[in-house]
Amino acid sequence: MDPIQTLIKDLADKHGRNRASLLPIMQGVVEIENFLSERSMAEIAREIDLPAADVYGTASFYSFLETKQTGRYIIRVCKTITCAMKGKNQVLFAIQEMLKVKMGETTPDKRFTLLQTNCLGWCHKAPAMLINDDVYTELTPEKVRDILSDYMKKDAHH
Amino acid sequence: MANSHQLKRVDFIFRNENDWEKVLSATIKNKPQELINELISSELKGRGGAGFPTGLKWKLTAEAKSDEKYVICNADEGEPGTFKDREILSRVPYKVFTAMAICGYITGAKKGFIYLRGEYKFLKAELQKVIDEFHYYCKETGLDFEINIFLGSGAYICGEETALMESMEGKRGEPRNKPPFPTQAGYLGKPTVINNVETLVHAFTIFKYGAKKFYDLGVQYSRGTKLFSVSGDTPKPGIYELELGMSLQDFVYEFGDGDTKAVQVGGASGFLVPRKKFKDAAIGFKGKLTGISLPTGGSMMLFNSSRSMFNVLDNYLEFFREESCGQCTPCRVGCQQLLLGIKAVKRGEKPASYLDKLLRLTETMQLTAKCGLGQSVANSFSSIVENFREEMIY
Repeated sequence: MDPIQTLIKDLADKHGRNRASLLPIMQGVVEIENFLSERSMAEIAREIDLPAADVYGTASFYSFLETKQTGRYIIRVCKTITCAMKGKNQVLFAIQEMLKVKMGETTPDKRFTLLQTNCLGWCHKAPAMLINDDVYTELTPEKVRDILSDYMKKDAHH
Repeated sequence: MANSHQLKRVDFIFRNENDWEKVLSATIKNKPQELINELISSELKGRGGAGFPTGLKWKLTAEAKSDEKYVICNADEGEPGTFKDREILSRVPYKVFTAMAICGYITGAKKGFIYLRGEYKFLKAELQKVIDEFHYYCKETGLDFEINIFLGSGAYICGEETALMESMEGKRGEPRNKPPFPTQAGYLGKPTVINNVETLVHAFTIFKYGAKKFYDLGVQYSRGTKLFSVSGDTPKPGIYELELGMSLQDFVYEFGDGDTKAVQVGGASGFLVPRKKFKDAAIGFKGKLTGISLPTGGSMMLFNSSRSMFNVLDNYLEFFREESCGQCTPCRVGCQQLLLGIKAVKRGEKPASYLDKLLRLTETMQLTAKCGLGQSVANSFSSIVENFREEMIY
């Protein structure tokens, strides 16, 4: 078995092999792989005995279950009203300039993917963003540059 | 002038009470029927926004006949401008779990779930620790009740109770037709109580201090306190526990920056109230409040005169267009057309009268959309377009 098959088998052992375990399994794959490849979705379908179309249909419904290749760090900048009012665009420009990517793109080194997302629930500390599961609030262009530099340094050690 | 209370701050929800094991063991010494009566007499209504009487919900589930029942805590807090449930779960999670266990005792449910939105995944490890400790005390007390965390994956619609259940069943988060209601056929088709995080904390307060303590706060038909998430153009954004029934004018005196043009009550699916109507609007469920009564999940977003109401509406509509599950046509196509429509009017490609067509479209959506999402787009759309029509056109 290759690593993907092993991962999915372990997740199915843990969460069960029924429809109700589909989301936890997909989340488990995303936690390791950052996204659901066609290969992983087909493998999940085989492992829990569902049509692959159902797996894809479910995955594509949820914005945190990416079905296209992403970077290791997915940046999701909140674009809902309060963040938009409190300088979300300036934060976005700073990220785009620093990473040299446009919205929706992944850096060529496959480290960062830049996305926007809907209300993260930090309106009192806007603007906010997620990098994978970690929350960053009260962002400014300076602050976001520091945060990304830290990620770049951290990642360089790997 | 609205017949309303002065704004009064209260501290029940976040009060640190380390005696929850005692509250749990003392409460379950009572008969389920007595506890249901207590909850009904408190007149607690759901704090997620819809305001269904909590006691009645528990009663219906208790009466439903099934060998398997469930209690779900809805922590899929996605309404723009709402962030109170996260604060509850990070500061007083044991109150939520205690209320869920008491609900399990009353209804006969042995399993509980917390549906935690994916955006709050960072809370999961800490919550799991508290749950493990909680399970230990349930065992000590002799109560057969177990709580599991189910993580969402970024979908606003999953805050709708039946969409949430679909999601827990491993499907796309598409709302179901009602009836049957979850009290009859919920998660996996079994009778299910589903409550907002804050509702459960109020239930804890009621079981600890008695219904009267809760009932004495607020106004008729809108009893108790409510957590408000305050954001936007305010010098003090944050989370505040206030009595229900306050007038919007009092709220703006307290939280405005002196230049408040409008307040969005209840998030993108709520209502925008312009300055001239502040004194006629009160926050609470429909009933004895004169003037406009505004039920709310607690989202209060303030806009000052520097804000363009067109941009605000544009932002909401983009939100709804993306978050509509796409299942029913009025909502899927309606949200798209509303967004295209206001942009066309702004660019002068459509006459101003086109706004009236769009208003009629929202009425259609209100009548025909399958769930609360599509039905409530009309709230913000009509309250913004009717009060700030000139800003939509010029």
